[in-house]
Amino acid sequence: MSGAVRRALLEGSEAIVEAAVGAGCRFFAGYPMTPFTELLEHFSRRLPEVGGVCMNAESELEAVGMAWGAVAAGARAATGSTGQGLSLMEEALSEITLAELPLVTFLMARGQQDYHQATRGLGHGDTRHVVLAPVDVHEAVAHTRSAFEIADAWRHPVMIYGDYLLAHTRESVTLPTEPAVVPDRPWAVDGTLGGTGRSRLISPLGFAKAGQHSPGIEAHQRAIAAKQERIAAAEARADVGACDDAETIVVAYGTPARFVRAAVAELRRGGHRIGWFRPVTLWPFPGDALADAAGRARRVLCFELSAGQLVDDVRLAVLGAAPVVPIGGISTDSSGFGVGRLLDTEVVATRILAAHRDEPLPPLPDSGGLP
Amino acid sequence: MTGTSPPADVRRIGVAVPELLLTGAHHMCPGCGEPLAVRGFLEAIQALGVARRTIAVAGIGCYTSFSMTTDVDLVQALHGRAPSVATGIKRVRPDALVYTLQGDGDMVNEGLQEVLHTAARGERITCILLNNGVFGETGGHMTATTVPGQRTKNTLEGRDPTVHGHPILIGDLIARLDGAAYVARGSVHTPGAVARTTRMFRRAFETQLSGSGFSFVEVVTMCPTGWFVPTLDGPTYLHDTLGAVHVMGELKVDGRVRSTEELRAENARAEADAARRLAAGGLDEVP
Amino acid sequence: MSTPRGTVTIDVEACKGCALCVPACPPQVLSMSPDRNRAGYHYPVLADGCTGCAACQLICPDFVFEVYRAARPAGVR
Ligand code: SF4
Ligand code: SF4
Ligand code: SF4
Repeated sequence: MSGAVRRALLEGSEAIVEAAVGAGCRFFAGYPMTPFTELLEHFSRRLPEVGGVCMNAESELEAVGMAWGAVAAGARAATGSTGQGLSLMEEALSEITLAELPLVTFLMARGQQDYHQATRGLGHGDTRHVVLAPVDVHEAVAHTRSAFEIADAWRHPVMIYGDYLLAHTRESVTLPTEPAVVPDRPWAVDGTLGGTGRSRLISPLGFAKAGQHSPGIEAHQRAIAAKQERIAAAEARADVGACDDAETIVVAYGTPARFVRAAVAELRRGGHRIGWFRPVTLWPFPGDALADAAGRARRVLCFELSAGQLVDDVRLAVLGAAPVVPIGGISTDSSGFGVGRLLDTEVVATRILAAHRDEPLPPLPDSGGLP
Repeated sequence: MTGTSPPADVRRIGVAVPELLLTGAHHMCPGCGEPLAVRGFLEAIQALGVARRTIAVAGIGCYTSFSMTTDVDLVQALHGRAPSVATGIKRVRPDALVYTLQGDGDMVNEGLQEVLHTAARGERITCILLNNGVFGETGGHMTATTVPGQRTKNTLEGRDPTVHGHPILIGDLIARLDGAAYVARGSVHTPGAVARTTRMFRRAFETQLSGSGFSFVEVVTMCPTGWFVPTLDGPTYLHDTLGAVHVMGELKVDGRVRSTEELRAENARAEADAARRLAAGGLDEVP
Repeated sequence: MSTPRGTVTIDVEACKGCALCVPACPPQVLSMSPDRNRAGYHYPVLADGCTGCAACQLICPDFVFEVYRAARPAGVR
């Protein structure tokens, strides 16, 4: 990180909001839902202080609509929710992608069961969002600024995939204090061109104003698909550790990757040749990097807090070069919002070791029923 | 091509194609009432001199074809979602005149909560509803504003309230929300009604520009295609069916909600007055 | 012939033949032509007696009419 910085001890939600404000975000709309709520609370406090607007939207449908309008009008804007709330937003998120609007979305997921939702385009049509999955609060701050930059560079939506742990963990973080450079947006509607014959139209349909070139739906959708291929080639990022001599590679993303990293370090100390691979972008998935790492391994393990979603992308990347073994599973606390007993370095290490030795996995730990 | 040309010693009192349309050509059916409402609000914007600070948000319906020909900055929204998109625009650009254009299927079916929340919030935008009581674009299906007895493709014997429920009188509903400053229901079934509706648009935009709150203009429009009536019967059908339930008039002015009885009495006077003035040679206040 | 009070131009090719203008004209000086335009629609023709009231313009969904009034109303000159 270059330039002026300030250090602060912040909860993940607050750090993300500070990073967003620092990135020039001046509009946010959201609807409370655990563990996304704190993000909304911090935005509602911070944005008015910098001349921005935070809308307490009456529903997720309206939150995403408001953010759509704000981005179209030229603001750096964001919205977000949990996976449940994003389900309600999906129709609009697909159309926003087709309208080429650089919206940033914060998915503060209740665990990792929203991987398919996040990476398979969030809705209908041939659309994908860039998805960044920070491992900790420090990286969430960096990702938040990049999210706005990537969105602007491609005129394409970008999502941050966070979770309960990220939202609620306090860490010492470094925040850039230099103001973000917000590029010109000549395409944005500001109302000034009415009656000139050159007024603007922001449409997901590939239509233009009468007299201007209108690609039509098919050509427009093909152009978006081609842009997504260019994004996929340019933006895939991964974080890799101890894979060079590894017989076993453990793939994990987001905050659980921290536990995997710790477990692998522990097992390494015990002399086991195990490495870890963390997709930093979930879409585009860093498949080439994983294939490269997996080329020398005997097996690839996949740890995720779901019944098996990330594992699809892992299998597609490894393409049979090594067996892929899912070692995660569904694990939540009794509320369903938080972290279950599976997310424990010792438990994770036990499962990695069992799979490393081609032994059966121990049963998933139960987190208990209602309190 | 012009069929006849004007004599020399005359003054033009109205252009054929509204100046804020890039072209007058459109794909609407013969006898459709929607272009009349479009003319009305575009001429009101022109008359107020605010075209160069106007941003429109369009929903999805037959009228969406005007998204390509309306010469103001425009965001094409989803079916039902225009009011929240307009909210985001207005909050980012508070000096702009922001209006939405939706049909009854878009606003009262798919997006009912949006317009109610936006009105209750007192959002300083103007929402325009083109209400013909039918999904015109899909070929004539029942909407939430279809009136009892009205035949549609999925209420072939007419809308039966015991089976299909009752229509929502959206203008009346919005008028009762504190955030709504100006609420009117116009119509386009006669030249006098069109002129009156245009004045409603002007007052709604003035309300927005004055910052006093949310403004709303509903326009009951002919859809001869979706009603399965000859084009020439459209205005009468409108008057006798939809117009009898969705009663024309200013439903809320300066914070005062007006009753349906009040509106009916006013309409009787207005109809007599318009007929008298037309017979006498003109509607001088026509924009 | 006395000076007409008003007149209209009719963009025949823009007309879609709905005939809404005919009953809307107070002096009843519009009628549908038996001829058709290029799109195949009958279109209105104007007889003497237009007052320039603009009713036809207000009711026409296809923006066919431009309306003119005598610069000095007949009878005032
Ligand atoms: S279907 Fe109805 S609303 Fe649609 S263009 Fe035709 S007449 Fe107009
Ligand atoms: S109202 Fe317009 S479109 Fe209809 S017949 Fe008359 S001129 Fe033609
Ligand atoms: S201007 Fe009035 S009088 Fe003249 S043709 Fe039109 S409706 Fe008839």
